[in-house]
Amino acid sequence: MTETVVPDAAMIGRRMERREDERLLTGHGAYLDDLDLPDALAAAFLRSPHAHAKILSFDATEALALPGVVAVYSGADLPEIQKPLAPKVQHPQLRDYPRLPMPPEELHYVGEPLAVVIAESRYLAEDALELIEVDYEVLPAVSSTAVAVQEAGPKAHSGDETNVAVVLSQSAGDAAKALAGAPNVLSDEFFVMRGGGHSMEPRAVAARFEPATGQVTIWDGTQAPHYARQQLSVIYEMAEDDIRLIAPRDVGGGFGPKAQFYGEEVVIPWVAMKLGRAVKWIEDRQENFITAMMERSQTHRVEVGFDDDGRLIAVRDFVEHDQGAYCAGLQVPSITTSTVPGPYHVPNIAVELKACYTNMVPTSSVRGAGRPQAVFVMERMMDRIAEHLGLDPAEVRRRNLIQADEFPYKVGIMFRDGSPLTYDSGDFPALLEGTLERIGYDEARELQAKLRGEGRYLGIGLSVYVEGCGLGPYEGAKVRLTNKGRILVTLAAAGQGQGYETVYAQIAADGLGLDMEHIEVKTGDTSRIPFGQGTFASRITATCGPAVMDAAKQMRQRLLDTAAILLGCDASEVDFVGDKACLGGNLEKSVSLQQLAQTANIGKHGITLPRGIKAGLETSSYFSPERAAYASGAHAALVEVDPETGEIKILKYVIGHDCGNVINPMLVDGQVLGGFAHGIGNAMYEEPVYDVEGQPQAASYLDYALVSATEVPPVELFHIQTPSPLNPLGVKGAGEGGTIPAPAAIANAVEDALRPLKARVTRAPVTPARIVDAIAAAETAAETAGQN
Amino acid sequence: MRDQVTEFPARTEAETHTVSCSVNGAGYQSAVDPRMTLADFLREKLRLTGTHLGCEHGVCGACTVIVDGAATRACLMLAVQADGAAVETVEGLASDGELAPLQKAFKRNHALQCGFCTPGFLMSVTAALREETVTGEEQAREVLSGNICRCTGYTGLVKSVLEVAATRTGEEPAK
Amino acid sequence: MKPARFTYHSPRSLDEALADLQGYGDDAKVLAGGQSLMPMLNFRLASFEHLVDVNRLGAEYAEPTFGDTRVTIPLLVRQRQLERSEEAARLLPVLTEALHQVAHPQIRNRGTICGSLAHADPAAELPSVLSVLDATFTLVSARGIREVSAEEFFLFHLTTSLEPDELLLQVSVPRPPANQFSSFREFATRRGDFALAGVAAVCEFDETGAVSACRISAAGVAPTPHRLTDVEALVTGARPGEDLWPEVEAAARAQVEPTGDIHASAEYRSRLTGVLVKRALTDTHEKLEASRA
Repeated sequence: MTETVVPDAAMIGRRMERREDERLLTGHGAYLDDLDLPDALAAAFLRSPHAHAKILSFDATEALALPGVVAVYSGADLPEIQKPLAPKVQHPQLRDYPRLPMPPEELHYVGEPLAVVIAESRYLAEDALELIEVDYEVLPAVSSTAVAVQEAGPKAHSGDETNVAVVLSQSAGDAAKALAGAPNVLSDEFFVMRGGGHSMEPRAVAARFEPATGQVTIWDGTQAPHYARQQLSVIYEMAEDDIRLIAPRDVGGGFGPKAQFYGEEVVIPWVAMKLGRAVKWIEDRQENFITAMMERSQTHRVEVGFDDDGRLIAVRDFVEHDQGAYCAGLQVPSITTSTVPGPYHVPNIAVELKACYTNMVPTSSVRGAGRPQAVFVMERMMDRIAEHLGLDPAEVRRRNLIQADEFPYKVGIMFRDGSPLTYDSGDFPALLEGTLERIGYDEARELQAKLRGEGRYLGIGLSVYVEGCGLGPYEGAKVRLTNKGRILVTLAAAGQGQGYETVYAQIAADGLGLDMEHIEVKTGDTSRIPFGQGTFASRITATCGPAVMDAAKQMRQRLLDTAAILLGCDASEVDFVGDKACLGGNLEKSVSLQQLAQTANIGKHGITLPRGIKAGLETSSYFSPERAAYASGAHAALVEVDPETGEIKILKYVIGHDCGNVINPMLVDGQVLGGFAHGIGNAMYEEPVYDVEGQPQAASYLDYALVSATEVPPVELFHIQTPSPLNPLGVKGAGEGGTIPAPAAIANAVEDALRPLKARVTRAPVTPARIVDAIAAAETAAETAGQN
Repeated sequence: MRDQVTEFPARTEAETHTVSCSVNGAGYQSAVDPRMTLADFLREKLRLTGTHLGCEHGVCGACTVIVDGAATRACLMLAVQADGAAVETVEGLASDGELAPLQKAFKRNHALQCGFCTPGFLMSVTAALREETVTGEEQAREVLSGNICRCTGYTGLVKSVLEVAATRTGEEPAK
Repeated sequence: MKPARFTYHSPRSLDEALADLQGYGDDAKVLAGGQSLMPMLNFRLASFEHLVDVNRLGAEYAEPTFGDTRVTIPLLVRQRQLERSEEAARLLPVLTEALHQVAHPQIRNRGTICGSLAHADPAAELPSVLSVLDATFTLVSARGIREVSAEEFFLFHLTTSLEPDELLLQVSVPRPPANQFSSFREFATRRGDFALAGVAAVCEFDETGAVSACRISAAGVAPTPHRLTDVEALVTGARPGEDLWPEVEAAARAQVEPTGDIHASAEYRSRLTGVLVKRALTDTHEKLEASRA
């Protein structure tokens, strides 16, 4: 579906099957729980059954007596590691509560770990959990932001005066004044729920201490190995080089929650060091449901002012954000506040977000990360403007879109990376028009009108979005000629299914001018490359890609220079044929990669290098973008709603996507389509419900609905490519664009379908039951109005 | 600080049962704790780690294997119940290093990303295609609906099922 | 998510199984297909000192019989096995229809008909279907054998009249008359999920196309499969058609008292029941018409 526009590229832009696949298809993947760790002990955590409670007493006597149980530690037993796990994204005004690995005194959400059992098997460890006796003093719990903002309500942390963690404000122009003077003003309240990451492989950590070297090796199914190592180095007070943290070659999905840092990651290696035994903890799904960070609700109260042609004059949005029991980082709320204006001209804007502490698992990024909520709100209001003025929703969008000749476009507010929100490139009108054309917009409107006459309810939903991606600070790569004469590309970044071993070999192949078969890619091991950040925020292609390209180009020059000396010519006369550097393309006058390695890397013990040869064929590069790039897209959904059951049938779905230049079209399509399925989950199914006591109510896949193949409709996907000027590859992120606008597109389509019935869609996910209830509410309202 | 470490005890003696079964055509005999699930038996006793545990309550399908010809959740069956059974797992699909047609189709169509759910999909679809042919997209989606994939959005999976079904019947894949 | 310890029994005959159940009484649980029990064990929502695995009682308990007057489904008949049986589809199409909507094939491959009935989840499909098929449940223990109706069998949410030492040996239903048409309609959030509500309807029609007898039962809206007797009364003697539906829907809504939960409000579930009753009855009538065409 995609074509690249990178010039002179042999491998970049090609649809390449993945190198990873063969092992994964034959059952030979190496996920953490598959690793051979002989005699590793199993860990299981005792977790708080209460949303808010004090630990009065803890007794593990019976558990310790159980045969097969090796140790039990409560938080109080490990005071040396009870140090705060710092928020990822901070704010000077944040009222931070320390998130301890296993709090010894007060617990703040159901699932918070308070003790760990180490046993010979997971079966036995779980047996022991049932034998630990804990007395709790149960405290009042905050189970929603609505409760959190009540002045006299319970407090998530005992003794606190408010549950507000921080207020984040963004503004440009004067929204209050502009709203007061606007000829039309509409407002509404939207409740947008997201959900968990639900990687099919839950989290996992294993560790083994090597007394002879003083090093601990940690296997961690994380998206951010260097970040995790840095945290551990501080908490353990160990040198970073004494901690080798490896994200296994195969990690079963990430989607955000695995980019965060958790107490279990601190406890397991520490206990392994204490016991001198390998220890493994595999999060089970029950734990994953209640303890892996998720993204939950935001409540938006939004007002829009607009002229009689539907052009926006001002947007004001008040947001309540559920931060959970601790602040693991302010990335999600910060992204929300900067995503509200989206692809539109908004002359006056004010967004105020209250992040609230609640007694639920801390929230953090999940594929989309604060953007779907903002897009939902803005796109719902675009439809409301159209309805109010009797205009076509597509036309209202057309009139407000930033045009293709306006880049770089300064929005006037800040992005979460600390830079002024500036869209680097894009063509939003082309995305919208392409999407409308492919959904058959005009015909769909005709069909809608015709079927309404037959009592059938068709709806069309549009959603246009902008996604900040490719964030800093940096990502890096090392390229080395191995002693066997192969090119080894080492990334700090760790993959969870994105196909790094293939994509970065493609990029390196172009940089080196070598065939991919000579190139190997390794990822996610802190002992192989010193610095790195991690896989999150659709950032790796735009940061690691340029680093790989640069390191590969440097290596090409090093290889050619070395070959030229051996061949007695100028480097400009040398090029590769297969794995040989040849003078003028002549295989008779060539040196192989193996020979180059022999000369410059292996050398001859005690013998001087040939004159001019530089030792050590290794290059490295770190790329730091000056600011975030902005991917963009448009979605269109054609749905039919059954007003009797509330069933939504998606009849047609079109995605227009722009992530700049594309490295491997097949993999980019895979990212977008996978993200889309996640978006459908957010739009119609997924809801991590907690009851008023803060008890999770949707903690199994019977109650929490992930979409299967029968819920995801076929999609028509097209790409446009406006290269980013911010990196030499012209690339942007592709991992989240499928997800971000889907809830808005579906909600818009459903409300559009039900317009004759006047039913309102004000929350995501939109479910059959809520649709029927909304229709009933509209009927009741009409009856009441009729009686008055 | 209370040091709650006990001496390493001798391996716990639990009541064990003997399981004899064939897995991918090879015979195995092993003593197991009766509460051990078939999935854990395959992974831990036989070290066939291609069968993955994604939910352990029968919904995600990552642990799907074929038991006596029927696709089965290995997390919802005890190892002792497989005594005398013929079990097929993902490790048995390729023969002599050559991928089976379904595996090839998955690769060609980018039907996997993280790969964690993949063995379950392969086993479910393998069993389904033995039982009946798949003639259209709707049916393909139904065949896939007992397994969850969080990465791909199912597009490549649907295509793979249709392509392999078509080569079996000798027809062009249904659109 | 690993099961707690239990003592495992694998009886090789019915007598052995009944002896085990008699011996361990309240501390024992029968393991048949395990597709509901195993998740509960893995979650440690339930644990039992003894598990009596009935899967090896013998081949005679693993095949349905289609007799002259009754269809009998013994305890080891798998759901998928019956779903794929042509004889069952011909004689008891409503059962086939419903089975197709029970979870997914991987679950139905192991799950048994009798196991699902004994589990007695009111949101499950099979209890309401067997209820409208006028099933007889055969309960056996070392003390003897007894037969009960669906109304007597299903007592409450996950609770049946099975005594701790009893086993649901088989369920049997009368062979349907030629003028009987049936339908099962459910609405679930996703394919294979437990239904937000479901309706099984069995109607006999006279020569004029009017309903001469019917049984209608709803799933997911009460602690047991819920017979909609008021609707049955309303429909008996009538010809299904547009003019009948408002009354039928109202009667259905009035006769259920569902509880709301995180998936749907009570109000939604009762409305949905009405809609599904209408659709199931429309479907039976269309099947009648098709048979006469």
